[in-house]
Parts: sequence; C-alpha cells; structure tokens
Amino acid sequence: MSTQSLHKRANELAKTEKQLEILSNGIFANGELPTFKQKVKKTGLPALRPKQLEVLQINVGYMCNQVCSHCHVDAGPDRKEIMTKETMQQCLDVIKTTKAHTLDLTGGAPEMNPNFRWFVEEASKVGIKDFIVRSNLTIIEANKKYHDLPEFFKKHNVHVVSSMPHWTKGKTDKQRGEGVFNKSIEALKRLNSVGYGMPDSDLKLDLVYNPAGAFLPTDQASMEKDFKKALVDEFGIHFHNLFAITNLPISRFLEYLIASDNYEDYMYSLVEAFNPSAVANVMCTNTISVSWDGWLYDCDFNQMLDLKVNSKVQHISKYNEALLNNRDIVISQHCYGCTAGAGSSCQGTVA
Amino acid sequence: MEKTYYNPSDLKKFTKITEWSEELGNKFFDYYGKVFEEGALTAREKSLIALAVAHVVKCPYCIDAYTKDGLQRGITKEEMMEAVHAGAAIESGATLVHGVQMMNKYEKLSM
Repeated sequence: MSTQSLHKRANELAKTEKQLEILSNGIFANGELPTFKQKVKKTGLPALRPKQLEVLQINVGYMCNQVCSHCHVDAGPDRKEIMTKETMQQCLDVIKTTKAHTLDLTGGAPEMNPNFRWFVEEASKVGIKDFIVRSNLTIIEANKKYHDLPEFFKKHNVHVVSSMPHWTKGKTDKQRGEGVFNKSIEALKRLNSVGYGMPDSDLKLDLVYNPAGAFLPTDQASMEKDFKKALVDEFGIHFHNLFAITNLPISRFLEYLIASDNYEDYMYSLVEAFNPSAVANVMCTNTISVSWDGWLYDCDFNQMLDLKVNSKVQHISKYNEALLNNRDIVISQHCYGCTAGAGSSCQGTVA
Repeated sequence: MEKTYYNPSDLKKFTKITEWSEELGNKFFDYYGKVFEEGALTAREKSLIALAVAHVVKCPYCIDAYTKDGLQRGITKEEMMEAVHAGAAIESGATLVHGVQMMNKYEKLSM
C-alpha cells in the first residue's frame, strides 16, 4: 500500500482526463457494456435531473492524515488543497439562505483545515437541521490538539459520520493503513464516552462501510447487525446507523482495480447490479458538492473527476439555487457505482 | 490466445443456457434464486455451504462466485477456510469409509 497520493507519485491517474478516458474506452467503447447514459435510456428512465435540494456538501480540503487505498479523493498528508477562510465565508453566506436541510462537511480530514473549528462554530449558528462532519476517527487520536474533538462536536450538535471498513483489524488496516483499526476503536470509545452513538442519545454517530476490495457491499441492514454485534461484544462500542457505500471506480480505487486486474470484472458487477429504482434517488439529485476552491459539482465523485455542474453558475461566489436546480446532471460510467444493488450515496443505500 | 477448458468470463454467460432450453433454464434459475433466499437457514449460512460444495465438486466458476459472495456478506477468510475444510473432511471421509468395504472384502477372501 502506497503512503503517497497519486498526485505526489505523479501517477497518470492523478489526471482526471485519464480517468475519464479509461471509464469511456475499452468495454464501454466496444459495446461490450452499455454506457451509463445508454443504460438509463434503455431502461426507460428520464435523464438525471435535480429534485429539491436537500444536502449541501462542502469539501474543506484534500489533506488527510491517512492514505486509504480506496480513497476517491486521493487524499493524504501530501495534499495541500485547503479551503481558505474567504471561501468558507462564501459558503456561510450560502448556508444562511439555502433550502437544504443538511450540511455535510467532508475532506480529506476536514479537521485538518486550520479554520475548521471557526467554520463549524459559524455554520452551527445558522441552525441547519442536520449538520454532518465526516471524520476518519484516527484524526481524533493523531495529535493532542484533536483529542477534544468529541466535546467540540457535542458542543455544536454535530452529527458525526465515520469510516469503518470492517470490525476486524486485518481488513481495516489493509484498506486504511497499519494501526488504523486500533486508533479507530480508541476514537469510537472517546465519542461514546461523551454520549455519541449511545442507544438513546441524540448525539448521532453513524459508521460508513466500504468494501475492502473489488466487490460490492451486501445488504446494509444485515451488515449493520453484524457490525453492531461485533463492536459491542468485543469492544463495548455503540453507534447508530451503518451506511454501506459502494466504492466508485475512480482515483485510487481505480488504480487498485487496474493494478489487481479487477477493473473489467468490477465494471461488469456494477452494470449487472444496475437497479432502476436506485436511479431516482441517487444523491446527485438532491445534493450540491462544493470543492475546497469553491467550484460546484453534482456530487463529491464528479468533483474528483473535475466534472463541474452543467450550469451558468459554477462557483460558490455566484451561487443561485434556483438556477442550479435547473440543470442536467453530468454523468459517466462511474455513476454505475451509485445505482448498483440497493444503490449507494453518502447517506448509504437509496433504493 | 491460450486454449483452456475453463474461461473465467464464461461465468458471466451462465444465464445464456436458457437460450437453448428456455423452460428448463428458467425453472433452474428460479429454483436457484429461491434456494439462496433467507429461509430456515440464513443467506449467509447458505453462502458458506455453497462455497464448501463448490470445492467438493471442484467448480472453478462456483469458487469464484461464492468467494466474492462471501466477501460481500462480510464473511471472514477464517470462516471461508473452515467451510472448505468441512467439505474436504466429508469428501475424504467418503473415500476412507470405503476402506471398510476393502477390509470386508480382504477378510472374506483371506483364509
């Protein structure tokens, strides 16, 4: 497992054009598999369009203390893209007027942005209904200055969503790096100790499960049952919901698929598992994703492929919700990842 | 291209058997689907049984399919290997129990 991002290694997959080229060539160009656009059309579904905006997802930077092998952001300690306070202020102006009921902060490790706490304090004053921070858990243990994050989250009534690929050490460390499992367990204990994730607590703690390899997630509910049993029995840890998220074939996960000769089989699995009823609820229909430098995207995955919204408004500084809601969603073959099986989104299954 | 009897990509074409015998093919796939639904046994338990049988009948397609199925269900490698041993133990037991037949015949033919 590499300890550097694709960008740092100057890997050709660091270029989004290269990724999009791979996703459009080969089995999709020769007709072996239908493109996502063809599949949607053939199924008799309309082209993807936004519904009511519900989630404003803001990526405050690609810097992270981990270098997970499946990361679609290509995040890592060597990434220097960090949202400035000025862009954060522009986001706050939007948060004050948006009709979205959920604010979702992500990264990288969002906590590593030097203005993260200021931003959370300011955003929490707006009183948005559901305020999510996606925390990788280990950041809480990474340095003394982060140890109080659970109390900080509690103070601002933040809904914590954290990654946990498996309840066993081996699988977790293989995907996320040596030592990640033990640190994650310690961080979960810290969160539990202030009330996060406890059975009747209003302090929401949800976990995200990504398969550790070239396979799709299984039924979210049964996975949640297995996770809960294992984490309570072995570590006395509690959490609320488990979101099962499919790995999309982009960035470092795409690198892994190609290097392990799993790319074609994985794309076949995604296409075979195409679920028309997941299409109507994919997250791009109710989400706007904002990048560290203020550009707007249909989702976090399109952000990483630099596929900006197809709208006159493309930047947070010019944000106009009514105009943005009247756009076509930009798609490519990675979209199959969100429509496979029970569907997949940052909030888990959708079908 | 190297010629082999087994081609991994043939697994994707499995449902094509229906094209040459539609009624029987469909009946088989309906039955197959029903068998692996949750029942008195969980789908997880059935997946492990399928993996064990896949090894006993030495079906490379089934081994690929049920290793992947197990991973998707969060089945651990330790559980998978124990299932394979359960299959192997029955298979070798089935061979060894015939040793009794050999012993019987030996005794019968010997003075």
